[in-house]
Amino acid sequence: MTATETPSPDTLTSPAGNPLGFGRMLRKEDARFVRGQGHYVDDLVLPGMLHGAILRSSYAHAKIVSIDTSAAEAHPKVKAVITGKTLEGLNLAWMPTLSGDVVAVLATDKVRFQGQEVAFVIAEDEYSARDALELIEVEYEPLPAVVDARHALDPDAPVIRDDLEGRTDNHIYDWEAGDAAACDEVFANAEVVVAEDMIYPRVHPAPMETCGAVAHMDKVTGKLTIWTTTQAPHAHRTIYALVAGLPEQKIQVISPDIGGGFGNKVGIYPGYVLAIVGSIVTGVPVKWVEDRSENLMSTSFARDYHMHGEIAATRDGKILGLRVNVLADHGAFNGVAQPTKFPAGFFHVFTGSYDYPAAHCKVTAVYTNKALGGVAYACSFRITEAVYLVERMVNCLAFELGMDPAELRMKNLLRPEQFPYTSPTGWVYDSGNYPRALEEAMRIAGYDELRAEQAKRREEAAKPGADPSAPLMGIGISFFTEAVGAGPRKHMDILGLGMADGCELRLHPTGKAQLRLSVQTQGQGHETTFAQIVSHVIGIPPEDIEVIHGDTDNTPFGLGTYGSRSTPVSGAAAAVAAQRVKEKAKVIAAAALECSVEDLEWEHGRWYVKGDHAAGKTMAEIAMAAHSSLELPEGVEGHLDASVVYNPPNLTYPFGAYICVVDVDPQTGAVKVRRFIAVDDCGPRINPMIVEGQVHGGLADGVGMALMEVIAFDSDGNNLGGSFMDYLLPTSMECPSWELGETVTPSPHHPIGVKGVGESATVGSPPAVVNAVLDALQIRAADMPFTPAVTWRALQGRPIRPDLAIE
Amino acid sequence: MQVPAPFTYERAGSVDEALSLLGRYGPEARLVAGGHSLLPMMKLRLARPEALVDINGLAELDYIRVDGDHLAIGAMTRHAAVLESPLLSEHYRIFAEAERVIADPLVRNRGTVGGSLCQADPSEDLSAVFAALRGEVVIRSTGGVRRVPMREFHVGPYETAVGDGEILVEVRVPIRTSVGSAYEKVERRAGDWSIAAAGAFVVLDGDRISDVGLGITAVGAEHFTCAEAEAALVGAQPDDEAVEAAAAICASSCNPTVDQRGPEDYKRHLVSVLVARALRRSIAVARVGSSRGVED
Repeated sequence: MTATETPSPDTLTSPAGNPLGFGRMLRKEDARFVRGQGHYVDDLVLPGMLHGAILRSSYAHAKIVSIDTSAAEAHPKVKAVITGKTLEGLNLAWMPTLSGDVVAVLATDKVRFQGQEVAFVIAEDEYSARDALELIEVEYEPLPAVVDARHALDPDAPVIRDDLEGRTDNHIYDWEAGDAAACDEVFANAEVVVAEDMIYPRVHPAPMETCGAVAHMDKVTGKLTIWTTTQAPHAHRTIYALVAGLPEQKIQVISPDIGGGFGNKVGIYPGYVLAIVGSIVTGVPVKWVEDRSENLMSTSFARDYHMHGEIAATRDGKILGLRVNVLADHGAFNGVAQPTKFPAGFFHVFTGSYDYPAAHCKVTAVYTNKALGGVAYACSFRITEAVYLVERMVNCLAFELGMDPAELRMKNLLRPEQFPYTSPTGWVYDSGNYPRALEEAMRIAGYDELRAEQAKRREEAAKPGADPSAPLMGIGISFFTEAVGAGPRKHMDILGLGMADGCELRLHPTGKAQLRLSVQTQGQGHETTFAQIVSHVIGIPPEDIEVIHGDTDNTPFGLGTYGSRSTPVSGAAAAVAAQRVKEKAKVIAAAALECSVEDLEWEHGRWYVKGDHAAGKTMAEIAMAAHSSLELPEGVEGHLDASVVYNPPNLTYPFGAYICVVDVDPQTGAVKVRRFIAVDDCGPRINPMIVEGQVHGGLADGVGMALMEVIAFDSDGNNLGGSFMDYLLPTSMECPSWELGETVTPSPHHPIGVKGVGESATVGSPPAVVNAVLDALQIRAADMPFTPAVTWRALQGRPIRPDLAIE
Repeated sequence: MQVPAPFTYERAGSVDEALSLLGRYGPEARLVAGGHSLLPMMKLRLARPEALVDINGLAELDYIRVDGDHLAIGAMTRHAAVLESPLLSEHYRIFAEAERVIADPLVRNRGTVGGSLCQADPSEDLSAVFAALRGEVVIRSTGGVRRVPMREFHVGPYETAVGDGEILVEVRVPIRTSVGSAYEKVERRAGDWSIAAAGAFVVLDGDRISDVGLGITAVGAEHFTCAEAEAALVGAQPDDEAVEAAAAICASSCNPTVDQRGPEDYKRHLVSVLVARALRRSIAVARVGSSRGVED
């Protein structure tokens, strides 16, 4: 059901059969991807290029006594071996993180997590580089590891960051939001208060392509070119300039085709810096590409939030307040990638989609002997954790009140007339019609029939002689509100760089266009979506618009693609640029038609004279005129282009209602997802096919996190999720045929009303699956992932803690 | 990219040539068939053979046929062929049921019966299937051919009776009548190793179980079976009581290791559930089986 019709120009089609604007069309980039003709970092081969490999720590916490590289250096194909000592000489042993901390490029004093970078070998080929790693002798003095975040602040806990002056504990920060006093008052007087502990365990974005770089420092020109897997090429360029003291005009960051990012490719990893150092040292290009285990063990993880939630309500189910204490495990270095003023990301949007006055959260972050990261895996700056918290707490409340969770949600959802709505923690939700989305999801699901089936099954199961293996049916709901499109410059920056995006649109004389973007696609179809945005505004065919991105020398500045920000921010920039081109085209058309600008009217792709439809100029004709000898009015420059920096006035707030149906084998604990209904409202859909693809991917993420994905650690700090045999991603066998629906509530402040959808399903789906499993088990709480063992033990009342080794 | 340590590669065109190559390279040579277990272990440098002898060209070992009163499966038979074999399904549905949950189609298209058995992963499925069926393997060397019962084949984790300079060439399973068989497996995700899996065959003689075989994998069951539970079933009526008792014996006698797939209590419980399910379904099939023992 589409509640608001898509704008009418988009019903027109181009000569190639594509929509002249919004609508379904095949992705332009797929012509190369489906032929295996994508070009990734690891495909790059340069003359004389050498290959790097990283020696990593096998210990989670150990003092480095000595490193002997002589045997590796003697390997006939090894060109150089770099250690922390080498880097200390260059003042590059440590580099700043995106959160004001420092992280070792190569360990000098201690290793602080298993998989940390210790040495870098550069050889003629990658086989030799790997062989030489085994020739390096490192003597370690093992130290006790801090593994359980809940004991990181114990007085006797080993101090991980003794590199930092005056450090005596593992505390990173305390941060809070909301009104604690108002919250306390509400809770003190509430009829019902329900408290629950939950872990959103450490997971990993696990993109198909691992991280890597090819660095080339040209000794003659002094220019550094780095081809690298980055979601944020411009940010990387500036950071390299700041870290290494290199002149920024001599740094070119090229991000070619990227095989998935999901937040994993935002930060700068030691491997990138080592490739650069390697090229400086050897004078030739150096390639470094990590393997799967390196990616899982050392690059940005996600989540790792230990949450204690409390929800207050009336006995008849009116929510009054929510408060939460979070213990955040940040690993050995605080390397979270998020806007500077938000150390816990956007977690404080945890009040969710409901109408209540009181909320407060306190977040305490700690160091542990684990890899760094924390904001990744399509999390929208920790809204994933926030949505999980509130949607689990609402279900816990429904459980205690004996209320249907759909009814409880419907009773408390924000009403359409409350928008724009200022939340208790200060967010201004732009637009929404929440009850309509939930009603639509319940309609598609046949919610009442599902509950009737469940009641009947439970009745059968209670009868004597009932089949003990009969599946337990569970129904779970999640309603999420996202806050994406970071963000307004006055509130949001990363390392002091404001989060506004540049964009340039240029029409060539023949009317074909180039659009230059700062954001970087990782597979989500920017080359198509952004062409459609421009087409929507100026009416030239999407196939005539080339989207250029991923090359800092050829695109304007911007902070990159993550947090579902591409369409909300750069999409707005593209729309505004197209609007400016359209207005400039009007002036040129008036000159060409020898009429006044006021006499012109627009039809999609063409300006014409009011009352004389035949007298008009298409965008292609106007483009040629703009480059011709046509005399233009005073003050109007030739050519047809526009340049924009878009500073978003607010975030956008996509939302959705998800319903999951599961069947649980009560004897084995195996969970089968029977159905999944997802109603998303991301405003108007530029390309519905791409939107659905994004949603499909995110729903699979949710099934993965709820049922199998976790990186646990044993008591020595060994990573128990270091390969795809141990870190399980869902396959099509675990995913049902997704049932999608939509409502359309445009954003009032976005030029084309769109809200972004890249992370909605990843954010929204895990609690729906978890709520369904717990509904099947008829228990209030247990922690994901619900592997068969975890599910069975939860049913036995002896739950397993997912973040530690199973005992 | 994970890359293996240096090794030599040879491709054999016949069993005799493979044996000769094994002789030439000695104990540090390994045969590679489908490679889906060996190559990842080499890339992780957990396995470091000095030479690989590729036997993918040995079409002579790719067959499924009746040989007298046995079913004979060539060592180079791919999993996919076992899954799709009408002959195997006609006699024992345990084959297709197990194969359907082994890895994924890509692995099944490449992986082989002989390779799976010789890899001898303690969680391997076909080891349990052939242990249940009391199969035997045929092993060749330049000195001749010997046969080893499946229940004496595994010497330890990743260790088998196949010695240096030997090749497993065939697996044999006796044909039985009035038989039913089944395979039950629980995994965290399609393609993951089993948390536990159990297979069974049951032969009925009137209202008694006259012959039974159990196969159990991933939980440290001795020889991938449980002789004690089998002994308890032979001669018993095929009822819930007998099934539950046998399942309980299996659960208590196996030796599961605790890992991220589950704690010990769960794994033992799971063994009892899966053994009971496999037995019940085997009995049900045996009951409706025709006089020539074809599964329905």
